[in-house]
Amino acid sequence: MIPLSYFLLLGALLFALSFAGIVLNRKNIIVLLMCVELMLLAVNMNFVAFSQYLQAPEGAIFVFFILTVAAAESAIGLAILVLMYRRRGNINVDEMNTLRN
Amino acid sequence: MIIPVYKILFYLNAAILIGAATMVIVTRNTMRSALFLVLAFVASSVLWMMLQAEFLSLVLIFVYVGAVMTLFLFVIMMLNIDIDPLREGFVKYLPLGVIVLAAFLGLLFLVLGPHHLSITGQDIVPVSADYSNTQAIGELLYSQYLYPFELAAVILLVAIVAAISLAFFGRKPGTKSQRVRQQLSATKEERLRIVKMEPSDR
Repeated sequence: MIPLSYFLLLGALLFALSFAGIVLNRKNIIVLLMCVELMLLAVNMNFVAFSQYLQAPEGAIFVFFILTVAAAESAIGLAILVLMYRRRGNINVDEMNTLRN
Repeated sequence: MIIPVYKILFYLNAAILIGAATMVIVTRNTMRSALFLVLAFVASSVLWMMLQAEFLSLVLIFVYVGAVMTLFLFVIMMLNIDIDPLREGFVKYLPLGVIVLAAFLGLLFLVLGPHHLSITGQDIVPVSADYSNTQAIGELLYSQYLYPFELAAVILLVAIVAAISLAFFGRKPGTKSQRVRQQLSATKEERLRIVKMEPSDR
């Protein structure tokens, strides 16, 4: 069978990949949102693995709440994105500096 | 010789997951990276199913692939995005990205590796055939975690209200949409006319 550590390493690899994605794609805000979703997936992977290996169903409850919050976050984030596109005609991260000064 | 189906499935799906996640962050086309994210969610759903978390695995498919990624695809297709200015700096940040990836991975492998993690020797316990994962989660959710559950419902409501109020600017002129206030304030006197008809002789 697969040891617990392998699932944790898989989650770690996923988290590191999405973190590197945030560093790499800092211009494209849609890919940034997708990388945040991947990070939440990595965290959820750890929660599910611990919950099932250690016989603690509370971990599964936490995954449920994280899924809820992630859905709300992406809905609001995309609504803000659509609003910004309507106002400015592009979604370039570099031009989001109207609050500066 | 017994074929280790579980191990093969784990490594296959882990490889798909990591490959899809890599493609999400390196591909040029935003649309394609959203589709690779869907593939990553499906692969991790299979992994959760192998961990005997059936309910969460199906919820991952329903919520993420069915709702969240559909939303992403809608937004990507609706906005006419010019990709080229969004990609500039990718090569410039590539060394930094690789360094960050290596540092993060080194740290996490050091912590979570099989030699260092103190929780070893545990194995996943196969549940009996009549065990229901959904029922177990539901019993916990509706007894011990009832208030957090209701709070989650409020968060979803707030998200609905916020998304609608952000993206809805009132009705456009010239469209035939429903006007609820006029509908509710309509009375019988101004809409209904009773006509007395003469009975015909025939």
